[in-house]
Order: sequence, then structure tokens, then C-alpha cells
Amino acid sequence: MIEPTQPVSQAPSAAFDRQAAAARRTLISLKGVNKHYGDFHALKNIDLEVAEGEVVAILGPSGSGKSTLIRCINHLEAYSAGDIYVDGTRVQPGPELIEVRKGVGMVFQSFNLFPNMTVLENVTLGPIRVRGRSPGAAQARAKELLEKVGIAEQMYKYPSALSGGQQQRVGIARALANEPRVLLFDEPTSALDPEMVGEVLDVIKTLAGTGVTMLLVTHEMGFARHVADRVIFMEAGQIVEEGAPEQIFSAPQEDRTRAFFQSVLAH
Amino acid sequence: MDLVQTFFKWEVLVRTFPMLVQGLGMTIALGFLSILLGLIGGLGLALLRLYGPKPLRFLTIAYIDVFRSLPVLVWLVIVYYALPFVGITLSPFAAACTALTMISSAYAAEIYRAGIEAVPRGQFEAAQSIGLSQYRVMCDVVLPQAIRLIIPPLTSNCINVMKDTALASVVAMPDLLKQATQAQALAANPTPLIGAALLYLVVLLPLVRLVGLLEKRFAQGRA
Repeated sequence: MIEPTQPVSQAPSAAFDRQAAAARRTLISLKGVNKHYGDFHALKNIDLEVAEGEVVAILGPSGSGKSTLIRCINHLEAYSAGDIYVDGTRVQPGPELIEVRKGVGMVFQSFNLFPNMTVLENVTLGPIRVRGRSPGAAQARAKELLEKVGIAEQMYKYPSALSGGQQQRVGIARALANEPRVLLFDEPTSALDPEMVGEVLDVIKTLAGTGVTMLLVTHEMGFARHVADRVIFMEAGQIVEEGAPEQIFSAPQEDRTRAFFQSVLAH
Repeated sequence: MDLVQTFFKWEVLVRTFPMLVQGLGMTIALGFLSILLGLIGGLGLALLRLYGPKPLRFLTIAYIDVFRSLPVLVWLVIVYYALPFVGITLSPFAAACTALTMISSAYAAEIYRAGIEAVPRGQFEAAQSIGLSQYRVMCDVVLPQAIRLIIPPLTSNCINVMKDTALASVVAMPDLLKQATQAQALAANPTPLIGAALLYLVVLLPLVRLVGLLEKRFAQGRA
């Protein structure tokens, strides 16, 4: 349901076939993932595959396990059972975890910029320490990224001097600086004042067109509908329903999905 | 007049001053070394307590609790007078330095731990999410923030160590207090004791003032 249909019908050259195959390659896969917090069963038998380049929005009431789900992908949360693979590597404690995290950027609800570093240092830390870039190369790349998210003039300031929207845009630049293949967004606009939500969503929208794989936990329904290739609806630790945005939003199959949209969109 | 003649006899002070200065040198050397080793040891203990393997974690907790409960003087006397019975004989300086370091590192460990725990979870997560190793998460992100928070209590702890150096006179180390009591006996006049007290103040009063300033500065910085 998510595969682009046109490549198949077009006359295939060899090069084009490879491209199409790459576009459909599974980058993230979760099989039978369970997560418990003590007695609380936070994730129940989650199966999910995300193809390279796909943009997946995860919706659902708070406490439904959306954030827990994406936090398991880079192992900020340990899962209790099941398997998670990112690009063929199992996500588990150990030396390969660093490799997984290099390729998986994360943007947090509360930004979590490092307050003891300037904006530029925030963005260059990963490339220098993790990717082994020279400071010069890392800075040049960081400046490009900060330009892209519209914060270049602020790069020598400390995060505390920036507005929430600006801080979150730096957060996105920091995640991008490591050249990730996957970006995880954990409610990136939930902590923002309303007037700053737009500037952050604009940046995310631009990224969605660049081919980077994205998992986006959000309460911005309109945005999810507009930007996602696939929408997942979660409740009580389970994936209740998934599908193309049009289908999920205009013709949800499950009662629980309908009830959720009614309660959210009623206001 | 009598009071001045008794407690602040100028000739006595002048005569014994070189002795006092020698003692002060010892006191500062002992204090500085114990503080430095205590700060390093404390950080190690705090990290072991927070992130070490379970058995080591419990050992560390036991160490920290024991050495925060034990009076410095008691431990010092044990190190100097009791350890020779098991074949460990330390010079007065080494004994004093060992005892002070062991106790001050226990206090410093608790201060570091409080500082590390005060760094928000999100900071650890952000650092981990970009792929930093545990070591890098600590050095680049957590400790710079934690140490900023704990500079006032850490400085306070250093002042305590510096004051506790006076206990070394009990194990015959020629520190400032020991030199002063000897000078007092030689001169048959308590002036050297007053002189020693003044020298302690010269060293420690500025540090006490500094803690006040630091606390004020960091309180503003966080507002």
C-alpha cells in the first residue's frame, strides 16, 4: 500500500530497477517487540517494517506507547522481548549499538540541546567525536545545516539565548549532522509555543522530501496527513491500524481509531 | 596591656615566625595533595557507585558510608599507630595524607553523585542518541554540567580538608599547629598559637569568602 506504483509500470532500465529496489529495501524492522515497565505492559507484540526513504507518522493518545516505540529503535529504552533491526544490525547493548546510533538521529520533545556548548558545538560534537571528522570539516558542514534550518546567525550563541522554535531547529540540525539514514522525531512540536510550531514543521517537511527515512510521533494531525507516506495508529501499546494517510484519516477501519479522531478533531 | 604581653608578644612572634612559616608550608602541601587526591578519588568512587557492576557498587557504597561516619582523627590514629602492626609503616606526612584523602574522597563522591544526578535525563539521552560512548557522554556532556552545579559544595569540602590537616600534629607531623605548640613550649608564651591561628585565617578566610561568591554567582546563573 505504500510502494510507489509508477516505477513498476514504467519501462525499466537496469539502473532504474536498482534504484527502485533500493527504495523498497527494509531499513527498520521490529518483530514481536514487547516492553514492560514493572507491571505495565507498554508495548505489546509490535511488528513493524519501515522501508528506506519512507516517512511514517505515529499517532495515538498519550500513554499509548508511541514514544516508547521509537525510543526502542535507538535503544534509549531497552525492550523486554522481540527483535529490532536497523539496516540489518540487531539493536542491543554492546559495541554495535554505537554503529546503530550513528545512523539514527533523534529529535526530542524538550530539545535537549547541550547547555554547556554553543549552537555550533552542539552540531559538531557528533561528527567530530563519533564520525571522526576534522573540526574544520565538521564546522563547515554544521554551518550548511544551520543555514538550512535558518539559525546560521545564532551559531555562536548558547542554547539558553534561543527561543524554543530556534532550539528545536538546532536539535534537528544536530541530528542531521551525523548523516543519519533514519530520523526519529519524538513529539518535536509538543513543547513549543503555538506561534513557533510552524517554523519547526516547515523544516521537517523539507526533510521529508530529501529521502531520509523518518518516524514521526506527533499530535499534529494535519501535518501527519500531509507529510507522511504511512500513518500508524497506536493505543494501549498496540498498533491498532495502519495505512495511507488518506485512508486512515478519511476511512478508519477500527472503532478505536475513529473514536480517537473524533475526540481530537472535535475541538 | 597584660593581655597583649601574654597573647601577642611581638618579640616572641618575630622569633618563632620562621618556624610557623615552615609549618604553614607543610600544612599547605598536605592540604593541597589531600584535596587533589580526594577530588580524583571522589570522582572515581561516584562513577563506580552510579555505574559500576553491582558487587563493586555495594562495596563503594559501604566505603563511602564508613568513611563519612568515621571521625578523621580516629582514622588518622589507626593509619599511623595501628597499621605498623601489620607491617605498613607510613611517615607522618604519608599517614596524614592517606587518612585525609580516604575520608575527603568519600565526601567528594557524594557531592559528585548529587551533581551527576542533577543533570537532566534528556542530556544523557541526547548524548547517547548521537552515538557517543559512555566515556564521551560523561566527559563531554554530563560532567561539565554536573561540576558547574557542585563547585560551591566541592569548594566547601576542600576547606574542610584544609582545616583537618591540623589533626596531623597528633601524629607528630611538623605542620602549622605542631610547630606552633613547639614554639609555645620553647618560648613559654602562647603567642605562637595566636600567630598560627592568624595564618590559618589568612589561608582559609579568602576561600570561605570565595564559596559565598560562587554560590551567589551560580544561583544567578540558573535563574
